[in-house]
Amino acid sequence: MVATVFLFYVFSIVAIASAFMVIAARNPVHSVLFLILAFVNAAGLFMLLGAEFLAMILVVVYVGAVAVLFLFVVMMLDVDFTVLRQGFLQYLPLGATIGAIVLIELVFVLGGWTLQPATVTMRAAPLAPNVTNTAALGRILYTQYVYFFQAAGFILLTAMIGSIVLTLRSRRGVKRQSIDAQNLRDRKVAVQLRKVPSRAGL
Amino acid sequence: MPGLLDQYLPLVIFIAVSAVIAGALLVVPFIVAFQAPDPEKLSAYECGFNAFDDARMKFDVRFYLVALLFIIFDLEVAFLFPWAVAFHDVGLFGFWSMMGFLAVLTIGFMYEWNKGALEWD
Repeated sequence: MVATVFLFYVFSIVAIASAFMVIAARNPVHSVLFLILAFVNAAGLFMLLGAEFLAMILVVVYVGAVAVLFLFVVMMLDVDFTVLRQGFLQYLPLGATIGAIVLIELVFVLGGWTLQPATVTMRAAPLAPNVTNTAALGRILYTQYVYFFQAAGFILLTAMIGSIVLTLRSRRGVKRQSIDAQNLRDRKVAVQLRKVPSRAGL
Repeated sequence: MPGLLDQYLPLVIFIAVSAVIAGALLVVPFIVAFQAPDPEKLSAYECGFNAFDDARMKFDVRFYLVALLFIIFDLEVAFLFPWAVAFHDVGLFGFWSMMGFLAVLTIGFMYEWNKGALEWD
Protein backbone atom coordinates (compact mmCIF):
# COMPACT_ATOMS: atom_id res chain seq x y z
CA MET A 1 0.00 0.00 0.00
CA VAL A 2 2.85 2.33 0.84
CA ALA A 3 4.44 1.53 -2.50
CA THR A 4 1.18 2.35 -4.29
CA VAL A 5 0.92 5.71 -2.57
CA PHE A 6 4.56 6.41 -3.28
CA LEU A 7 4.11 5.55 -6.96
CA PHE A 8 0.99 7.70 -7.12
CA TYR A 9 2.91 10.72 -5.89
CA VAL A 10 5.85 10.03 -8.18
CA PHE A 11 3.62 9.72 -11.25
CA SER A 12 1.55 12.76 -10.32
CA ILE A 13 4.49 15.01 -9.60
CA VAL A 14 6.35 14.02 -12.74
CA ALA A 15 3.15 14.40 -14.81
CA ILE A 16 2.47 17.89 -13.50
CA ALA A 17 6.09 18.96 -13.80
CA SER A 18 6.37 17.71 -17.36
CA ALA A 19 3.02 19.31 -18.24
CA PHE A 20 4.43 22.59 -16.98
CA MET A 21 7.58 22.06 -19.01
CA VAL A 22 5.44 21.52 -22.12
CA ILE A 23 4.45 25.18 -22.01
CA ALA A 24 7.72 26.45 -20.52
CA ALA A 25 10.27 24.78 -22.79
CA ARG A 26 11.85 27.10 -25.33
CA ASN A 27 12.29 24.47 -27.99
CA PRO A 28 8.94 23.13 -29.29
CA VAL A 29 10.47 19.73 -29.95
CA HIS A 30 11.42 19.54 -26.26
CA SER A 31 7.80 20.46 -25.48
CA VAL A 32 6.61 17.44 -27.42
CA LEU A 33 9.09 15.21 -25.60
CA PHE A 34 7.82 16.50 -22.27
CA LEU A 35 4.29 15.83 -23.50
CA ILE A 36 5.31 12.22 -24.10
CA LEU A 37 6.65 12.05 -20.56
CA ALA A 38 3.32 13.40 -19.28
CA PHE A 39 1.46 10.75 -21.28
CA VAL A 40 3.61 7.96 -19.87
CA ASN A 41 3.00 9.18 -16.33
CA ALA A 42 -0.73 9.42 -16.97
CA ALA A 43 -0.54 5.81 -18.13
CA GLY A 44 1.15 4.96 -14.84
CA LEU A 45 -1.68 6.65 -12.95
CA PHE A 46 -4.25 4.64 -14.91
CA MET A 47 -2.30 1.53 -14.02
CA LEU A 48 -2.51 2.40 -10.33
CA LEU A 49 -6.27 2.80 -10.70
CA GLY A 50 -6.45 -0.73 -12.09
CA ALA A 51 -7.35 0.40 -15.60
CA GLU A 52 -4.55 -1.43 -17.33
CA PHE A 53 -6.25 -1.48 -20.73
CA LEU A 54 -6.56 2.30 -20.76
CA ALA A 55 -2.95 2.58 -19.62
CA MET A 56 -1.68 0.41 -22.44
CA ILE A 57 -3.86 2.16 -25.03
CA LEU A 58 -2.56 5.48 -23.78
CA VAL A 59 0.98 4.27 -24.36
CA VAL A 60 0.26 2.69 -27.74
CA VAL A 61 -1.96 5.39 -29.22
CA TYR A 62 -0.87 8.61 -27.56
CA VAL A 63 2.82 7.96 -27.07
CA GLY A 64 3.21 5.86 -30.18
CA ALA A 65 1.12 7.79 -32.65
CA VAL A 66 -0.30 11.10 -31.48
CA ALA A 67 3.02 12.34 -30.15
CA VAL A 68 4.62 11.50 -33.49
CA LEU A 69 1.92 13.56 -35.21
CA PHE A 70 2.65 16.44 -32.86
CA LEU A 71 6.32 16.17 -33.72
CA PHE A 72 5.47 16.31 -37.41
CA VAL A 73 3.25 19.33 -36.87
CA VAL A 74 5.98 21.10 -34.91
CA MET A 75 8.46 20.37 -37.65
CA MET A 76 6.11 21.23 -40.47
CA LEU A 77 4.81 24.50 -39.12
CA ASP A 78 8.16 26.21 -39.63
CA VAL A 79 7.30 28.78 -37.00
CA ASP A 80 10.11 30.90 -35.72
CA PHE A 81 9.36 30.74 -32.03
CA THR A 82 11.67 33.58 -31.11
CA VAL A 83 9.62 35.87 -33.33
CA LEU A 84 6.44 34.43 -31.87
CA ARG A 85 7.55 35.21 -28.33
CA GLN A 86 8.57 38.77 -28.98
CA GLY A 87 5.22 40.26 -28.00
CA PHE A 88 4.99 38.07 -24.90
CA LEU A 89 5.20 40.82 -22.30
CA GLN A 90 2.97 43.06 -24.37
CA TYR A 91 0.13 40.54 -24.42
CA LEU A 92 0.75 39.27 -20.89
CA PRO A 93 -1.85 41.48 -19.11
CA LEU A 94 -4.61 40.53 -21.56
CA GLY A 95 -3.73 36.84 -21.44
CA ALA A 96 -3.49 36.84 -17.66
CA THR A 97 -6.89 38.56 -17.40
CA ILE A 98 -8.54 35.99 -19.65
CA GLY A 99 -6.85 33.14 -17.78
CA ALA A 100 -7.99 34.52 -14.44
CA ILE A 101 -11.58 34.84 -15.69
CA VAL A 102 -11.57 31.23 -16.90
CA LEU A 103 -10.05 30.09 -13.61
CA ILE A 104 -12.74 31.92 -11.60
CA GLU A 105 -15.45 30.38 -13.77
CA LEU A 106 -14.00 26.92 -13.28
CA VAL A 107 -13.87 27.46 -9.51
CA PHE A 108 -17.53 28.53 -9.55
CA VAL A 109 -18.56 25.54 -11.63
CA LEU A 110 -16.60 22.94 -9.71
CA GLY A 111 -17.13 24.56 -6.30
CA GLY A 112 -20.88 24.69 -6.72
CA TRP A 113 -21.06 21.11 -7.88
CA THR A 114 -22.65 18.87 -5.32
CA LEU A 115 -23.27 15.20 -5.89
CA GLN A 116 -26.82 14.11 -5.39
CA PRO A 117 -26.89 11.52 -2.61
CA ALA A 118 -28.60 9.00 -4.88
CA THR A 119 -25.76 9.01 -7.38
CA VAL A 120 -23.33 7.47 -4.92
CA THR A 121 -25.35 4.29 -4.89
CA MET A 122 -25.68 4.35 -8.68
CA ARG A 123 -21.97 4.34 -9.29
CA ALA A 124 -20.77 1.51 -11.45
CA ALA A 125 -20.05 -1.60 -9.50
CA PRO A 126 -16.38 -2.45 -9.18
CA LEU A 127 -15.08 -5.18 -11.38
CA ALA A 128 -15.36 -8.75 -10.38
CA PRO A 129 -11.93 -9.80 -9.17
CA ASN A 130 -11.34 -12.52 -11.73
CA VAL A 131 -12.22 -10.45 -14.82
CA THR A 132 -9.50 -8.35 -16.39
CA ASN A 133 -10.82 -5.05 -17.58
CA THR A 134 -9.87 -5.76 -21.18
CA ALA A 135 -12.21 -8.73 -21.07
CA ALA A 136 -14.89 -6.71 -19.29
CA LEU A 137 -14.67 -4.06 -21.99
CA GLY A 138 -14.76 -6.67 -24.73
CA ARG A 139 -17.88 -8.28 -23.34
CA ILE A 140 -20.01 -5.17 -23.70
CA LEU A 141 -18.37 -3.06 -26.40
CA TYR A 142 -19.23 -5.32 -29.33
CA THR A 143 -22.70 -6.37 -28.30
CA GLN A 144 -24.36 -3.94 -25.93
CA TYR A 145 -22.73 -0.84 -27.40
CA VAL A 146 -22.63 -2.04 -30.97
CA TYR A 147 -23.96 1.24 -32.40
CA PHE A 148 -21.23 3.26 -30.73
CA PHE A 149 -18.70 0.74 -31.91
CA GLN A 150 -19.88 0.97 -35.51
CA ALA A 151 -20.04 4.75 -35.22
CA ALA A 152 -16.39 4.67 -34.17
CA GLY A 153 -15.65 2.70 -37.33
CA PHE A 154 -17.38 5.31 -39.48
CA ILE A 155 -15.54 8.12 -37.72
CA LEU A 156 -12.25 6.40 -38.48
CA LEU A 157 -13.36 6.00 -42.10
CA THR A 158 -14.19 9.70 -42.25
CA ALA A 159 -10.80 10.56 -40.81
CA MET A 160 -9.08 8.36 -43.35
CA ILE A 161 -10.94 9.79 -46.34
CA GLY A 162 -10.67 13.32 -45.02
CA SER A 163 -6.93 13.15 -44.56
CA ILE A 164 -6.47 11.75 -48.04
CA VAL A 165 -8.75 14.32 -49.66
CA LEU A 166 -7.05 17.20 -47.85
CA THR A 167 -3.43 16.26 -48.31
CA LEU A 168 -3.08 14.02 -51.33
CA ARG A 169 -2.25 15.84 -54.51
CA SER A 170 -1.35 14.22 -57.74
CA ARG A 171 2.12 15.30 -58.66
CA ARG A 172 2.99 16.16 -62.22
CA GLY A 173 6.07 14.87 -63.87
CA VAL A 174 6.32 11.77 -61.71
CA LYS A 175 7.07 8.66 -63.73
CA ARG A 176 5.06 5.91 -62.15
CA GLN A 177 4.87 2.34 -63.23
CA SER A 178 1.54 1.54 -64.83
CA ILE A 179 1.69 -2.13 -65.61
CA ASP A 180 -1.54 -2.35 -67.61
CA ALA A 181 -0.65 0.53 -69.88
CA GLN A 182 2.88 -0.77 -70.33
CA ASN A 183 1.72 -4.23 -71.29
CA LEU A 184 -0.98 -2.99 -73.61
CA ARG A 185 1.48 -0.90 -75.57
CA ASP A 186 2.19 -2.61 -78.87
CA ARG A 187 4.18 -2.00 -82.02
CA LYS A 188 1.57 0.25 -83.61
CA VAL A 189 1.67 2.73 -80.77
CA ALA A 190 5.33 2.57 -79.94
CA VAL A 191 7.05 2.62 -83.32
CA GLN A 192 6.34 4.82 -86.27
CA LEU A 193 7.96 4.29 -89.64
CA ARG A 194 8.41 7.37 -91.76
CA LYS A 195 9.63 7.63 -95.29
CA VAL A 196 12.14 10.44 -95.15
CA PRO A 197 12.96 11.96 -98.51
CA SER A 198 16.54 12.68 -99.16
CA ARG A 199 17.78 16.21 -98.35
CA ALA A 200 14.52 17.09 -96.61
CA GLY A 201 13.76 16.95 -92.95
CA LEU A 202 10.68 15.54 -91.41
CA MET B 1 -5.92 -3.51 -4.67
CA PRO B 2 -3.73 -6.27 -3.31
CA GLY B 3 -0.80 -7.49 -5.29
CA LEU B 4 -1.02 -4.79 -7.94
CA LEU B 5 2.68 -4.19 -7.89
CA ASP B 6 3.45 -7.89 -7.80
CA GLN B 7 1.57 -8.32 -11.07
CA TYR B 8 3.61 -5.63 -12.74
CA LEU B 9 6.93 -6.80 -11.39
CA PRO B 10 8.04 -8.28 -14.76
CA LEU B 11 7.20 -4.96 -16.43
CA VAL B 12 9.20 -3.07 -13.82
CA ILE B 13 12.12 -5.43 -14.37
CA PHE B 14 11.96 -4.86 -18.13
CA ILE B 15 11.88 -1.09 -17.70
CA ALA B 16 14.71 -1.24 -15.20
CA VAL B 17 16.87 -3.36 -17.48
CA SER B 18 16.26 -1.07 -20.44
CA ALA B 19 17.03 1.96 -18.28
CA VAL B 20 20.26 0.37 -17.09
CA ILE B 21 21.33 -0.47 -20.64
CA ALA B 22 20.45 3.00 -21.94
CA GLY B 23 22.20 4.65 -19.00
CA ALA B 24 25.27 2.49 -19.45
CA LEU B 25 25.45 3.37 -23.13
CA LEU B 26 25.24 7.05 -22.20
CA VAL B 27 27.84 6.94 -19.46
CA VAL B 28 30.39 4.42 -20.65
CA PRO B 29 31.73 6.52 -23.59
CA PHE B 30 32.67 9.29 -21.16
CA ILE B 31 34.76 6.83 -19.21
CA VAL B 32 36.40 4.54 -21.71
CA ALA B 33 36.43 6.45 -25.00
CA PHE B 34 39.43 8.40 -26.21
CA GLN B 35 38.69 12.11 -25.90
CA ALA B 36 40.31 15.04 -27.65
CA PRO B 37 37.84 17.90 -27.42
CA ASP B 38 38.11 20.69 -29.91
CA PRO B 39 35.67 23.55 -30.55
CA GLU B 40 35.94 22.99 -34.27
CA LYS B 41 34.49 19.52 -33.83
CA LEU B 42 31.24 21.03 -32.56
CA SER B 43 30.95 23.84 -35.09
CA ALA B 44 28.39 23.69 -37.86
CA TYR B 45 29.80 22.06 -40.93
CA GLU B 46 28.11 22.10 -44.30
CA CYS B 47 30.49 20.93 -47.00
CA GLY B 48 33.09 23.41 -45.88
CA PHE B 49 30.74 26.41 -45.79
CA ASN B 50 29.13 27.94 -42.77
CA ALA B 51 25.53 26.83 -42.38
CA PHE B 52 23.25 28.67 -44.79
CA ASP B 53 20.09 28.64 -42.70
CA ASP B 54 18.21 26.94 -39.92
CA ALA B 55 18.05 23.18 -39.80
CA ARG B 56 14.31 23.38 -39.23
CA MET B 57 12.58 23.45 -42.57
CA LYS B 58 9.15 22.68 -43.87
CA PHE B 59 8.41 19.02 -44.03
CA ASP B 60 6.40 17.56 -46.83
CA VAL B 61 2.78 17.08 -45.86
CA ARG B 62 3.02 13.50 -47.08
CA PHE B 63 4.86 12.50 -43.90
CA TYR B 64 1.85 13.74 -42.01
CA LEU B 65 -0.50 11.72 -44.19
CA VAL B 66 1.47 8.55 -43.50
CA ALA B 67 1.41 9.22 -39.75
CA LEU B 68 -2.32 9.95 -39.82
CA LEU B 69 -3.11 6.74 -41.67
CA PHE B 70 -0.90 4.91 -39.17
CA ILE B 71 -2.92 6.34 -36.27
CA ILE B 72 -6.17 5.19 -37.83
CA PHE B 73 -5.00 1.61 -38.21
CA ASP B 74 -3.44 1.80 -34.76
CA LEU B 75 -6.87 2.59 -33.35
CA GLU B 76 -8.39 -0.20 -35.37
CA VAL B 77 -5.95 -2.62 -33.76
CA ALA B 78 -6.75 -1.14 -30.36
CA PHE B 79 -10.37 -2.11 -30.95
CA LEU B 80 -9.29 -5.63 -31.84
CA PHE B 81 -7.60 -6.37 -28.49
CA PRO B 82 -10.70 -6.52 -26.23
CA TRP B 83 -12.55 -8.36 -28.94
CA ALA B 84 -9.88 -11.03 -29.08
CA VAL B 85 -9.79 -11.33 -25.28
CA ALA B 86 -13.57 -11.63 -24.98
CA PHE B 87 -13.98 -13.64 -28.16
CA HIS B 88 -15.73 -16.59 -26.51
CA ASP B 89 -18.09 -14.33 -24.60
CA VAL B 90 -19.39 -12.06 -27.34
CA GLY B 91 -20.81 -14.83 -29.48
CA LEU B 92 -21.81 -14.68 -33.12
CA PHE B 93 -23.24 -11.18 -32.84
CA GLY B 94 -20.00 -9.82 -31.49
CA PHE B 95 -18.12 -11.60 -34.24
CA TRP B 96 -20.22 -10.05 -37.00
CA SER B 97 -20.18 -6.69 -35.28
CA MET B 98 -16.41 -6.71 -35.55
CA MET B 99 -16.62 -7.93 -39.14
CA GLY B 100 -18.82 -4.93 -39.96
CA PHE B 101 -16.34 -2.61 -38.32
CA LEU B 102 -13.49 -4.17 -40.26
CA ALA B 103 -15.50 -3.97 -43.49
CA VAL B 104 -16.02 -0.24 -43.04
CA LEU B 105 -12.32 0.28 -42.48
CA THR B 106 -11.47 -2.00 -45.38
CA ILE B 107 -13.52 0.30 -47.62
CA GLY B 108 -11.33 3.12 -46.39
CA PHE B 109 -8.23 1.04 -46.96
CA MET B 110 -9.26 0.26 -50.55
CA TYR B 111 -9.98 3.94 -51.15
CA GLU B 112 -6.57 4.81 -49.79
CA TRP B 113 -4.85 2.21 -51.91
CA ASN B 114 -6.65 3.20 -55.09
CA LYS B 115 -5.95 6.87 -54.55
CA GLY B 116 -2.27 6.03 -54.26
CA ALA B 117 -1.91 7.39 -50.75
CA LEU B 118 0.33 4.47 -49.88
CA GLU B 119 2.78 5.26 -52.65
CA TRP B 120 5.46 7.78 -52.05
CA ASP B 121 5.72 9.32 -55.50
